[in-house]
Amino acid sequence: MEYAISVLLSGISVGGQYALIAIGYTMVYGILRLINFAHGDVFMVSGLIAIYLTTMGLPLPVTLALAVLITVLLGFLIERVAYKPLRSAPRMSVMISAIGVSYLLQNTATFVTGGQPMNYPTIPALSKMVTIGGASTTLVTVVTPVLVIALVFGLVQLINHTKIGMAMRAVAKDFETSQLMGIKINRVISTTFIIGSALAALGSILYFTNYPYITPTAGAMPGLKAFVAAVFGGIGSIPGAVIGAFLIGICENIIKALPFEGATTFVDAFTFALLIIVLVFKPTGLFGEKATEKV
Amino acid sequence: MLEKKRVNTGALLSLFGAVAALALVILLENTIGPTGQLFTVLKKGAVYALVAVSMNLLNGFTGLFSLGQAGFMLLGAYTYAILTVPVAAKDTVYYLYGGSAVKFSLPDLFAGIFGDGMLSLTLGVLVAIVLGGLVAAFFAWLIGLPVLRLKSDYLAIATLGFAEIIRAVFQWQALGPITNGANMITQIPTFSSFNIKTESGTIYLSSAFPMLIMILCLAVIVMLINSSYGRAFKAIREDEIAAEAMGINLPHHKMLSFCISSFFAGVGGALFAMYASNAQAMVYTSTMTYEILLIVVIGGIGSISGSVIATFLYVACSEWWLRGLDSGSFLGIQSDLFRNGFRMVVFSVVIMIVVLFFRRGIMGDREITDLFKKRPRKAAKEAVK
Amino acid sequence: MKKFLASALSAALLLSALAGCSGSGSGSASGSAPAGSGASNGDKVVKIGVFEPASGDSASGGKKEMLGMQFANSETPTVELGGETYQVELVYADNGSSTDKAPSAASQLVSEGVSVVLGSYGSGVSIAAGPIFRDAGIPAMGVTCTNPNVTAGNDHYFRICFLDPFQGTVLANFATEKFSAKKAYLLGEQGNEYDQGLIAFFEQAFTAAGGTVIKDSFPKNNSDFTSYLNKAKSEGAEVIFTPVSIAYATQIITQAAKLGIDIPFLGSDTLDDNKVLEAAKGTNVHLYVSTFYQEGGNPEFDEGIKNYINSNADAKTANGGDDTIAAVTAMGYDAYYVALEALKAAGSPKSSDVQQALWDVEYDGVSGHIAFDDTNGDAIRDTAYIKVCDTAAGAWTLEKSQTA
Repeated sequence: MEYAISVLLSGISVGGQYALIAIGYTMVYGILRLINFAHGDVFMVSGLIAIYLTTMGLPLPVTLALAVLITVLLGFLIERVAYKPLRSAPRMSVMISAIGVSYLLQNTATFVTGGQPMNYPTIPALSKMVTIGGASTTLVTVVTPVLVIALVFGLVQLINHTKIGMAMRAVAKDFETSQLMGIKINRVISTTFIIGSALAALGSILYFTNYPYITPTAGAMPGLKAFVAAVFGGIGSIPGAVIGAFLIGICENIIKALPFEGATTFVDAFTFALLIIVLVFKPTGLFGEKATEKV
Repeated sequence: MLEKKRVNTGALLSLFGAVAALALVILLENTIGPTGQLFTVLKKGAVYALVAVSMNLLNGFTGLFSLGQAGFMLLGAYTYAILTVPVAAKDTVYYLYGGSAVKFSLPDLFAGIFGDGMLSLTLGVLVAIVLGGLVAAFFAWLIGLPVLRLKSDYLAIATLGFAEIIRAVFQWQALGPITNGANMITQIPTFSSFNIKTESGTIYLSSAFPMLIMILCLAVIVMLINSSYGRAFKAIREDEIAAEAMGINLPHHKMLSFCISSFFAGVGGALFAMYASNAQAMVYTSTMTYEILLIVVIGGIGSISGSVIATFLYVACSEWWLRGLDSGSFLGIQSDLFRNGFRMVVFSVVIMIVVLFFRRGIMGDREITDLFKKRPRKAAKEAVK
Repeated sequence: MKKFLASALSAALLLSALAGCSGSGSGSASGSAPAGSGASNGDKVVKIGVFEPASGDSASGGKKEMLGMQFANSETPTVELGGETYQVELVYADNGSSTDKAPSAASQLVSEGVSVVLGSYGSGVSIAAGPIFRDAGIPAMGVTCTNPNVTAGNDHYFRICFLDPFQGTVLANFATEKFSAKKAYLLGEQGNEYDQGLIAFFEQAFTAAGGTVIKDSFPKNNSDFTSYLNKAKSEGAEVIFTPVSIAYATQIITQAAKLGIDIPFLGSDTLDDNKVLEAAKGTNVHLYVSTFYQEGGNPEFDEGIKNYINSNADAKTANGGDDTIAAVTAMGYDAYYVALEALKAAGSPKSSDVQQALWDVEYDGVSGHIAFDDTNGDAIRDTAYIKVCDTAAGAWTLEKSQTA
């Protein structure tokens, strides 16, 4: 029982962190129809920024706030430099550009860190141990789902009840028409990237508090899994992405805990199998809207 | 009539260029010795060029954006390796599993018929390479049935996922007696197995062999592209709906392109196993696919000669010319910036510049033969590469 | 055309030779001298290839192994061959810890005409590069690559350390003797030859002694190990064996500490690293590792290398920021001297002579007596040191030296 709870807790905590990344994916995809391959790497870089800020001797809260801020700036810059010039180019070019950015971020991280695993600073408030149902875990595990749900609630309010939210929905629905209606497309897209990066930065704080060593490829897998979560939930739908992320996090940990020998080989493979199945049988995901093909 | 003539001149020139390049490679390897970095570049370049062109066939000519290339290479590499490990070496290679479940080896089988020697080795290797391609093509057909219905980026992510699944399967310990689990399959015939030892010395053919295979495969791909199938592929790339209206069977042609591309990726994988002298699942990650995709982009999406040129440039830079960027001094300039990893940073910046500002890459969608008319001198130089 | 290529080739060679000299940072004081000044003195140069990872997963281990060679090179920068004094030049090639980059790094060394190659840290890259060295007729000497397949079927690959069947047995026996363990949890990286090989050998020895094992593997780039650790706990494992690379080991130890896992951890030679010590410091984790050398084994060497590390900022960074002596550094140091012995015995820098001479080389190094067996060129070694992590001090202390 205690074991089952501990598996579930790990699942919820990882799932919540995937969710924070997945929201960024789903919002960007909803608007630009772009799989932002670099998003997972932004998440990794955010962790590295926090590490380097700590070594500069800043107090922890300042470090974390600055790390989020710099990550937001990075996300904004990436969009402006690498995606904006390709606005009228075919979708494939933008995606290649995203892969290029991901490549650049990973290689730069390797260069800066020398390829060594970097130790993430301990955040005492988050890494305190708590016991739930006999299973001990860090406070992050409890904080993550609460934070995620609060954020989703906030975001849904933002999208449904503010002007910028309305603009986002309009752009997602029809890019060109909304442009004709006077919506400042670039502002909307930048806002999307800023929100996405901020959430990735938050996610990185929570994730790396639990798993405190960062390598240059640390963002690749969480990034891909978050994308699968976004597809699963129906791309463009924020609650869908979050539910998908929790589901993947929990399933993944159940597979790790399965008692058959060799089952753990398929932890990552499971996620991708799920992706292919969803894409083939229900391409719109759980909550996605049916997009009509325009001729 | 005039059009026809032009194509023939192009084909003839390409043929001549290919033969000349091959002769030059053999000449160089036997005069300056096989140990130079140049030959590493030539071998790896030939392998990557084939894979890049196979990817281009799909992404550039048919407009299907697939990111599964590494997975198909893995299938080719493992098929090749499993079938060519000498019977005598099986126990040491599969030491954790007490020998292999595959009790035969193709070169040994042929040796039973034609006797030990170059002929049986060559036959065994060639058959294994072709089988590697066929296995990859078969899996492409299987996976293609469901996923080819997907649109651009969904197709990309589904094929990427497929490659990851394949990798996990090949690392599964339960399949160990066949795939050797986590362990590499070693002691397979490599490129240097084709060096002929005579009494008066060794004739080096280790670089010529991959070049020859690459040239043969490229010739097939070029012929395919210039056929009615190739025109159908291009029509699909330009506009699926229009193509369908013109009477092109979309699923059929997409599947054909996907399987052919995977076949050559599988052949490329088998060659890569020969180049690396082992097969190990760990190597064929999505990073490898991205690397190849970026080569295709640099060369120009939709240009075969572009992919080939870009591959050799890319491999030469990364394996040879730019190594100094990693180790302290480049072109005589010393800087603290030049430490491990800097080469890759420079590389990624260059790639971003190409992607953003030179979107057509080196060749755009033109071919090298198009240049022959205008600037024969430059083209001849390129052909040598 | 040929002329152009030839000149391009020589230019590239010159460039990389330059690069090789300055690449080491610490070695540059002694290393950069021979190429230029050596020639003017009429001295001859003999090149030793250093085939190590300077980037990728195993970079931190590779850098420490190189440190030993650089220190040895700074101590003894020349060698007498056939009555002539040769300058020893270390030529570096980074194999990037990855088996697909290893062949080109190996052929880089081959193209620079090295007499003998040392390395690599990490068995996979060594196995991948083996055929390249064999085809070129250059002998290579594994320093700490313990997988049997490195030397099997390759008469040009030697090694100076013990092998995984031995190491796995040592650790399995240690588990049964010290903890009377009957149930072990084995965790390694999926698809990693080194990890899975050791796990298999541990399993063989452990089950032969009447124990049972649970085996798991995690995918590459995994960072969440809590479910694995909880599984070990709930299954009632009495030891956890994790022969993984440094990046994963640090994660596993940190997460185990947070979960309050009090099952003893057994690690292989890769875990003998100060990054792992750093992760274990101040926690209640019980960590034991098997290794090649224990600090204090040779006080003279310890003092020398500590001085070397402390007097050189680059060396200190390479050693992870402190002066804890890694066993791989001692092994790298010994490897350099074994290479010199082989060169002396061969009497010439010709690689085929060195390959012939290596079989009979014997040397008393800081890590013990080194000699090669006649079948595979493996070191004849019968001792492994088992160290325990002193988590309060953040240091290793010797638990025992174990002979199988």
